[in-house]
Amino acid sequence: MSSQASAEGQQNGQGAGQEVTGVPILLDGVTKQYGSKSAPAVDHLTLEIPAGSTVMFVGPSGCGKTTTMKMINRLIEPTEGSIVIDGEDVTTMNGDELRRRMGYVIQAGGLFPHMTVAANIGMVPKMLGWDKQRIASRVDELLELVSLDPGQYRDRYPKQLSGGQQQRVGVARALAADPPVLLMDEPFGAVDPITRQRLQEEMISIQQELKKTIVIVTHDIDEAVKLGDWVVVFDEGAHIQQYDSPERILSDPANDFVADFVGRGAGLKTLGLARVHEVPRMEAVVVTPEQTPAEALRQAEESGHGHVLVLDKQQRPIAWPSVEQLRRAEKLPHIHEENLPVVGTGATLEDALDTMLVSRAGAALVVGARGRFEGVVDLDTVMETLRDRRAGENQPKAPVGTNDEDITLERSPETGEITIVPSGGGAR
Amino acid sequence: MDYVAERWQQIAFASWQHFSLVAQCVILATVIAVALAMVCYRSERLREFANGLTAVGLTIPSFALIGLLITPLGFGVLPAVVVLTFYAILPILRNAVVGLSSVPSALVESARGIGMSRTATFFRVELPMAWPVILTGMRISSQMVMGVAAIAAYVLGPGLGGLIFSGLSRQGGANALASVVTAVIGVIVVAMILDAILALIGRLTISRGLRV
Repeated sequence: MSSQASAEGQQNGQGAGQEVTGVPILLDGVTKQYGSKSAPAVDHLTLEIPAGSTVMFVGPSGCGKTTTMKMINRLIEPTEGSIVIDGEDVTTMNGDELRRRMGYVIQAGGLFPHMTVAANIGMVPKMLGWDKQRIASRVDELLELVSLDPGQYRDRYPKQLSGGQQQRVGVARALAADPPVLLMDEPFGAVDPITRQRLQEEMISIQQELKKTIVIVTHDIDEAVKLGDWVVVFDEGAHIQQYDSPERILSDPANDFVADFVGRGAGLKTLGLARVHEVPRMEAVVVTPEQTPAEALRQAEESGHGHVLVLDKQQRPIAWPSVEQLRRAEKLPHIHEENLPVVGTGATLEDALDTMLVSRAGAALVVGARGRFEGVVDLDTVMETLRDRRAGENQPKAPVGTNDEDITLERSPETGEITIVPSGGGAR
Repeated sequence: MDYVAERWQQIAFASWQHFSLVAQCVILATVIAVALAMVCYRSERLREFANGLTAVGLTIPSFALIGLLITPLGFGVLPAVVVLTFYAILPILRNAVVGLSSVPSALVESARGIGMSRTATFFRVELPMAWPVILTGMRISSQMVMGVAAIAAYVLGPGLGGLIFSGLSRQGGANALASVVTAVIGVIVVAMILDAILALIGRLTISRGLRV
């Protein structure tokens, strides 16, 4: 790991591990105009993308969200304005070198069909002049990161993979040289809903591990609020309608455009944002399979619970019988019962609620790493958490985002925080 | 059969020359055609132009063209090579333009997006992906040019064409028919060998990823 860390340090100037490895991006008054007469595709956009956060660009098609993203790595050159990455103005540097420092993922992965999975992933490191052995070990590491077995998939060709697998390899390729910034253009648009859900979950956990600065373009508001730390809602000409946290986009849309775009069921969507680990957990009556039903019953009656949880030696739930079932039982179950209402700590409240509604107990068992039991959540605790979230308190201030032309940006030297100073003179 | 047995060495030599002439011209034509395709595949108008040019070019009778070239180029190998290369370029150019422009634009964008230069994108992504189509063009070219090469004998070029012309000019004479038939069979055999070689090259050079 130490050699890895030093290698990564060269790439992004920061340590690896749990720390933020991404860098801040600032679009400063960026405009893209095709032809002189037409309205600009992107109109004087000033946008701050904080280091290590995932920012989602959403909006109707043709709103300029993709153009904006492609100007960050200068696949499209801005007509006006500048792009500042990690404090460095990259508007005039060599575009190819700039792009090698950023990951780029397109719909369906954009893999080269004539190259193996390993060659695809190793493309950028090869251009950067890494030696073969380092590339090979990096390829294996990345395949494991995106949940593909290296031995099985390394030498396959893209056409031998499913859509979801291709997309995973696409993400691995983008991460190959450990870039601080990852740009994704509708990354999960070409896969079926179930695969998309799984890829989104994986993306969240990869991001929790890597803490890159990620920009994702999507037209799907559900995806935006699910994956994003921040969501930008664009209208035509890349005019920012709202740049805020997913919670506030859902609960407090800035105008009718955003409200329309969010659509119905904003309250339900909030369920998909909160995760089980945010909900306070309750205790359960815990017994081992070696105990008798009578003992279990006594414990349940003492604490006034209607159910008793049977755990194995590794603290994994075996069964969750009710008091009535215990009265009939001759001994406690030893075999792991299927269909237990179990949710992981990383699951969304939506999943948790779904599990609870079909569970006999009207509650769900929370399990952590390796299936260890961690507590019980029920409807009341979930509702409480939701109420707190909707209040939207103790949330950080949204980053800067505006289409206003008459502004100057000021960076605080201590915190690096960017604030807008309106230039009152109105020179233009 | 006696005819062949008596002149075995001469026929073998002519066949080899025929083969070598065609193979070299096809290689030369491939280089030129790919270079031309590289220039015009990105622009709709230049693509149309290239396609029009190849269509017109193929309608020019080879015998006429070879005759016309005697004045500027004289007799011998040079006019033969020029005419053969000219005809060989046409199908390869057409296929190369089709092959290169049918590489999905998303792939090119993805290559550029991960930091490949325009040149690297062309040689590492676009060309390998268009290669099967270009190779098909080469096979068509080599078959077509096999016949044209026989006519190159008219300008005293190398190959099996000499046997055909001498046979035809002595029509009714001794061995005249045998000479023509031998040469025609020779051309067919040479053509089949070259095609087999090109097919083998395809096996070896087309990425497995494009075949699965």
